Amino acid sequence: MAQKGHAMMNSQANPWFRWNCSVCWVTLGLLLLTILSFWTLDLQLERLFSVDSAKRMGRFLGELLSPDLRVIFLHKLWIASLETLAMSAVGTILAAFFGLLLAIPASKSHPNDPAHWRFLCRLVLNGLRSIPELVWAALILISAGLGPFAGTLALALHTTGVLGRLFSESIENAPQAAAHSLRLQGASESQVFLYATLPTIIPQLMSYSLYRWENNIRAAAILGVVGGGGLGQMLAFHMGLFQMQETSSILIAMILLVVIVDTLSYVARRLMSR
Amino acid sequence: MGRLFWSVAIVILLVPALVATEFKPWILLEPENLKVSSRFLADFFPPATKPEFLLLVAKEAWRTIAIATAGIFLALLLAIPMTLISTRVLSISSLSRRMHLLPFAVRQVVRCILIIIRSIPELIWALVFVRVVGLGPAAGVLAIGLTYAGMLGKVYTEILESGEQHVANNLMRNGSSRLQAFFYGVLPQNLTELTSYTVYRWECAIRASAVLGFVGAGGLGQQLDNSMRMFNGGEVATILIVFMLLVGLADLLSAWLRKVMQ
Repeated sequence: MAQKGHAMMNSQANPWFRWNCSVCWVTLGLLLLTILSFWTLDLQLERLFSVDSAKRMGRFLGELLSPDLRVIFLHKLWIASLETLAMSAVGTILAAFFGLLLAIPASKSHPNDPAHWRFLCRLVLNGLRSIPELVWAALILISAGLGPFAGTLALALHTTGVLGRLFSESIENAPQAAAHSLRLQGASESQVFLYATLPTIIPQLMSYSLYRWENNIRAAAILGVVGGGGLGQMLAFHMGLFQMQETSSILIAMILLVVIVDTLSYVARRLMSR
Repeated sequence: MGRLFWSVAIVILLVPALVATEFKPWILLEPENLKVSSRFLADFFPPATKPEFLLLVAKEAWRTIAIATAGIFLALLLAIPMTLISTRVLSISSLSRRMHLLPFAVRQVVRCILIIIRSIPELIWALVFVRVVGLGPAAGVLAIGLTYAGMLGKVYTEILESGEQHVANNLMRNGSSRLQAFFYGVLPQNLTELTSYTVYRWECAIRASAVLGFVGAGGLGQQLDNSMRMFNGGEVATILIVFMLLVGLADLLSAWLRKVMQ
């Protein structure tokens, strides 16, 4: 009773902040982090909002609104868009395959499964996942050279980590009934996986892979900036030469590609959920 | 029959894709490439641990966090007004009948702007801003601010529209302003969802800002790019380790924050 009264008094005395309120502390911490960030970054905001920079921004936007629409260039753009699309598709397929290969030893599929390799495989998957595609691309350039192949491999490596993790979770959470009855009949582990576990989880694996594919198209568009082929490489090239008309067309192509893929996947999901 | 059809279809689609991506894994095994990569990889051990280099990496790691945080703040500044404008929940004209043409058009325009700014990846924005404001963290902050404003604006709108709308409708029917209806009718029930999504995006922004350095927008990526250009495997290894730690830390922190906010 006395404690309750005390708490009430406290909250009445200062309704905005209480010592025992974790949300208040977290909010305070985030505010502090934001202030510190702006303070230490030396953003030179006065230069950013100067007349000169506004002029440059205006000129830049003006140039961006006049895309290059020559047929020759559009053809090149079309090829690069297809290359980006192909990179994302091949990268995702490779990742689904290797992700599944790593996910099987990385999961404990039934209570008596010794899963000797679980820790090691999870470590590998986490390592692959925590390095972004772009960094993988920059690393792979050293051994694969410039071009779409490096970008594809980079996408595949990062996505293998992501999909492997998701796949191993679906394997572990799969319904056990069919696997259990096969196991009781004396089927080997690989038979159990192929005929019981895999068929039950395959829709989930497919939907994870499709979702990642959608992500990878965006990623594939930017990988070229470090030399990984596709639209990004074209963008980096023309922007480096300050050819703003070409740059503008490439940016529009990127937006279109992303919007089309988003719409397609939205429609596909609507159809599947109906 | 179905299986045969799909197998043939996949092969027919896959072959041009493999050609387009110049998929030649054997070039990885050519002796010359193998020599270069193995020398680079051998350099990874031991990772560089010189005190001055570690200090530099720590400074860049903080800059990465700061760019992400400042970027998210900028994104909030842009996303909140755009959400308020574009959400259907706060439409007074649609209370009793269909929405008027003008408010409908304004909402669609704002939605289009949100779609455009989020469909350009942050790295491309950074590339653009490096041209306009010069090398340095400002380009990174602006890039993250714009892209994430698009993402936050879209998801905020969806969250608000999926929530219970009776309270807000009642308030507005009885003559309260849109902002009053927002603060007393819409915000309270959606606040946890909104904050937890924002925190999740902050975590994504940290990953993104680590990469933005590759185009000259400051942070760990820039340091990584420098070390890679000099083929300094030890430094690359150190930065990659710091990078993984940073991402893991942001992961944990964001999970914890979202739990606290519940």
